[in-house]
Amino acid sequence: MGNRTPLYTSHLDLGGKMVDFGGWDMPLHYGSQLQEHQAVRADCGMFDVSHMRVVDIAGPGAEAYLRHLLANDVARAAPGKALYSAMLNESGGIVDDLIVYVLAEGDYRLVVNCATGASDIAWMRGHSPGFAVEITPRPELAIVAIQGPGALARVQQVVCDAARAAVAAMPVFGCAQVGRWTLARTGYTGEDGVEIILPGDQCPDLWQRLLAVDVPPVGLGARDTLRLEAGLNLYGNEMDATVSPLEANLGWTLAWDPPERDFIGRAALEEQRRRGVGHKLVGLVTRERAVLRAHQVVRLPGLAATGEITSGTFSPTLGMPIAMARVPVAAASEAVVEIRGRDIPVQIVKPCFVRHGQGLPGLAG
Amino acid sequence: MSEVPKELRYLESHEWVRNEGDGTATIGITDHAQDSLGDVVYVELPEVGAVLAAGEESAVVESVKAASDIFAPVSGEVIAINEQLEDEPETVNNSPYGDGWFYRVKMSDPSELEDLLDADGYREVAADE
Repeated sequence: MGNRTPLYTSHLDLGGKMVDFGGWDMPLHYGSQLQEHQAVRADCGMFDVSHMRVVDIAGPGAEAYLRHLLANDVARAAPGKALYSAMLNESGGIVDDLIVYVLAEGDYRLVVNCATGASDIAWMRGHSPGFAVEITPRPELAIVAIQGPGALARVQQVVCDAARAAVAAMPVFGCAQVGRWTLARTGYTGEDGVEIILPGDQCPDLWQRLLAVDVPPVGLGARDTLRLEAGLNLYGNEMDATVSPLEANLGWTLAWDPPERDFIGRAALEEQRRRGVGHKLVGLVTRERAVLRAHQVVRLPGLAATGEITSGTFSPTLGMPIAMARVPVAAASEAVVEIRGRDIPVQIVKPCFVRHGQGLPGLAG
Repeated sequence: MSEVPKELRYLESHEWVRNEGDGTATIGITDHAQDSLGDVVYVELPEVGAVLAAGEESAVVESVKAASDIFAPVSGEVIAINEQLEDEPETVNNSPYGDGWFYRVKMSDPSELEDLLDADGYREVAADE
């Protein structure tokens, strides 16, 4: 028996097919992963993501601490905004990717990945001496993500007046603290939506209210196909502690200015930027009838060096297989993936396949 | 508990076969198999006219989760394939014993059916997984 979120019995009641996910019993789907995916693109769906770890960072030295800890710069995000960042080691490798919700001055709420949660907290504590900061893990908090074009409207139907007003006024990547709830206009699907961090004992009631306004539950299987279509990285696949953000399509999350901001890994990254890195993260699509999957080898015409698929799936929105792959920088527009003894031709594209619920032009099958 | 029709015969590898009574047999995958696989996205069927030997790989079913080989339960020549599965692979999930059939053969040795698992035998296999 793994860890269980406050919604465990509800998942069983809803027909959830439970699987182990990083030591947690989580729903893979509730009947059809494909249908759940399509529901989010067409209207909305909700995810129990309470397995992710919440860590509060507070104190007079909190901003300075996070400006040292993270590759992106929290000074760029005023209270009421969220920031996506990588957390690097001294070699410039990625310890984890995370979101910082800037709740107030000196008051930050971080959400980090489940599998890396414990090691992240140890890492953060290890780098805190010398800063006036308190690091407080919040294991008693649950997280529900409501995503899709209809998500904001549904959330506003079920929350209290103050939360409804906050959501109505919230810009994309905005956040607000309402009582003991954090609401944010963030997500992992490429759709509009809200994520709500709240006390675990209040979570089942919120979930039931959302069910009552016809928000379908969506499992982790569809969460993965949605994020891959949206070109969003998954820690453990597209990156890990040996991978630089410059090789994981995360260059845009690095705040180089001001040059005096000495974040962990800066020196190593500057050296990489100077010398150039050997790989890039790209997207793959194919019209062949074979699903692209992680670890399949990617061969490039004219190159001896090969690449490797980091994540792959069948895209429900495009109706064809898609993948992200780490390939040599010299890779151009075509490649071949070996699948079960066959050479499958693939096209190399930007690693984002769907926007605003539609396949990007040139990709639709 | 998954459905296991009494009148069919089964392989441990989760294929079912229906004796049509006229020398032909229809083949598909069980309810347990489609549930384990998850949403089916591609089915690769044999060619009509192909001659299969019992136990040989005869088809491939690919889901979001994995690709799985489908083994021929009986020997014979393929006389029909379910073309609906090309555009509607989800039929395998929705109707594994009905509209989700894979292919039909003219059996070269109908006695091979007797070596296969009956419904009770297969139910035990599926329960152990």
